[in-house]
Amino acid sequence: MVIFAILAALTVAGGLAAVMLRNTVHCALAVAVAFAGLALLFLRLNAQFAGFAQILVYVGAVAILVVFAILLTRNSETPATGVFSKTWLAGLVIAAAVFAVLAWAVIKSQAALPQEQTEPQISVAQIGNALMGRYVLPLEIVAVLLTAAMIGAVIVAMHEKGSAK
Amino acid sequence: MSPLSCYLLVAALVFAIGLAGALTRRNAILVLIGIELMLNAANLNLIAFWRYGPNPAALTGLMFAVFSIAVAAAEAAVGLGLVISIYRHLRTTDLDEISRMKG
Amino acid sequence: MTNTLDQIFVLLKHWIIGFLPVWLQPIVAALLSVVAILAVFPGLFAISVLLERKGLGRMQNRIGPNRVGPLGVLQPVADGIKALIKEDVIPYSADHVVHFLAPVMLVVVVFMGYAVLPMGRNMTFVPMDAGLLFYFAMGASAELTVFMAGWSSRNKYSLLGAMRAVAQMISYEVPLLMSSVVIVMMTGSLSLDKIVEVQNQYTWGLPHWFVFTPMGFAAFVMFAIAATAETNRSPFDLPEGESELVAGYFTEYSGFKFAEFFLGEYVAMLSISGLGATLFLGGWSAPLAILNVVPSWFWFFAKIMTWICFYIWMRGTFPRLRQDQLMNFAWKFVLPMTLLNLLVAGLWRFMGEGFLRWVVCSAILLSAYIIGGRIGMRSKKFGPRSYRYAE
Repeated sequence: MVIFAILAALTVAGGLAAVMLRNTVHCALAVAVAFAGLALLFLRLNAQFAGFAQILVYVGAVAILVVFAILLTRNSETPATGVFSKTWLAGLVIAAAVFAVLAWAVIKSQAALPQEQTEPQISVAQIGNALMGRYVLPLEIVAVLLTAAMIGAVIVAMHEKGSAK
Repeated sequence: MSPLSCYLLVAALVFAIGLAGALTRRNAILVLIGIELMLNAANLNLIAFWRYGPNPAALTGLMFAVFSIAVAAAEAAVGLGLVISIYRHLRTTDLDEISRMKG
Repeated sequence: MTNTLDQIFVLLKHWIIGFLPVWLQPIVAALLSVVAILAVFPGLFAISVLLERKGLGRMQNRIGPNRVGPLGVLQPVADGIKALIKEDVIPYSADHVVHFLAPVMLVVVVFMGYAVLPMGRNMTFVPMDAGLLFYFAMGASAELTVFMAGWSSRNKYSLLGAMRAVAQMISYEVPLLMSSVVIVMMTGSLSLDKIVEVQNQYTWGLPHWFVFTPMGFAAFVMFAIAATAETNRSPFDLPEGESELVAGYFTEYSGFKFAEFFLGEYVAMLSISGLGATLFLGGWSAPLAILNVVPSWFWFFAKIMTWICFYIWMRGTFPRLRQDQLMNFAWKFVLPMTLLNLLVAGLWRFMGEGFLRWVVCSAILLSAYIIGGRIGMRSKKFGPRSYRYAE
């Protein structure tokens, strides 16, 4: 329980830092910490494959993508009128309302939640068999989706012919 | 407070933080960071329900979360490509100033 | 054949733990393994630094360091003392927190990779079911620390070096993973212990190492190239080239932090050599069946040091590749070859046992390599070398 508290605190702190800091690169590094904290929570839930895939994909690729995008779009350090938009209070109220509804739903439904306590022993071979057996259609669709996303991202971000660079 | 509800509360908190970030920050890239946090919170929810649910051997929750990670990575790539393309045209990533289609 | 010398470290650990109460035993066991790893691999780092300087010196027709100790053997000690007592200069406008954390995170992440390497029979620190995936997850995290180092220095050269280094590392990570997937296909498991066990069998005295199969050999070559690029070693060391970018992403680091980066780079090199030895060269298994009397950990470290010597040899021989040549090579040649290799690995398992599959697979890989090479060289104008001497 102590370990869960530490990991949860790390994740939430990383998330808070990611949305509140002034410097954009600090925000990107804080969200990488939040991703790592979430990966450790996955490992605590005995989902080893998901945890390592989370580190590989999010910390190893998405965080670096975000950082590259920040570096390629720098115009000034921080805007003169602050980093939060004009309508920040409405956004905060909406987020607080969403959290209140979700937390109320979780706490009220304690009795109806499943209570299994035995740890599932899942080997990677089982995951592989499931991916090639029951989940082969989602796998192929995700492959097509990733190819389309890759081609789309390259086309969107490419320099257009004849435009001023 | 069962362990499952603790995990669900943490996921709800991270989701709310991501939503707040996506709604209040001016820089487009930080909005994308907020969206990634929301997707991650949903993944945590899925895996928590897989672990404490009735049939973990069916691997449903785990597979859902793995596919969600893949799709989120693709969406982050496309989103950041769009932000870079907008920056190239308008020389700014400030969402309050990108209001050409307003009104 | 587990004789005492082979298992000496395991028996030593069990003997030390035997003195402690039961509730303390797992913690102290883990602590002993951690201390052993932290003692052995920096020691190997010192040896490889010395080997590199003397080896490069001999290749460049000069003697390396030879003043400190007999034949210069105490040079790493002198280097360590120098790094520790140098003044730690931090630029005024640098981001102090990130500047401090970057080398620390690099060293942490790089040492975590050693947890899954099987260093001998029964000598893996944490035998994990998804060990290979854990190793690659740690390798992917190292790229972020390189970027942190370059950005926090607020220096154009550092930032440029860091962006080049990160671009290079993510480009070569895909061939690295795909070459390892070939091995996973042939073994059926992501666990590094199981991969070594499968290679530990002998036919007519020769071992079943994966490097002796056609697609294993192709994967080995591509893994070696990708590993050289992942650790920013020559000929892929443009991000830290002294003549281009001062020192790349660690320009603004001095003293102990620079020593941490140096340590991190060499320990990463040792770690990825360990992975390459495990996947392709049979880990701790001996080359010939009769040589099993020599302990298994000796073979593992011998293979790692062979890889290190090979890296040093490559550094002294090849010129540096330009950034666009490097990325072209990765995306246009190595990646299609790794995908073809996966196809050939599937074909290998599909055809049954026998001589035919060796011939077919080798033919496919060789012809793809030659055709790919010819296509890539068509647009370049290579001619006989012309020498111009100073008048």
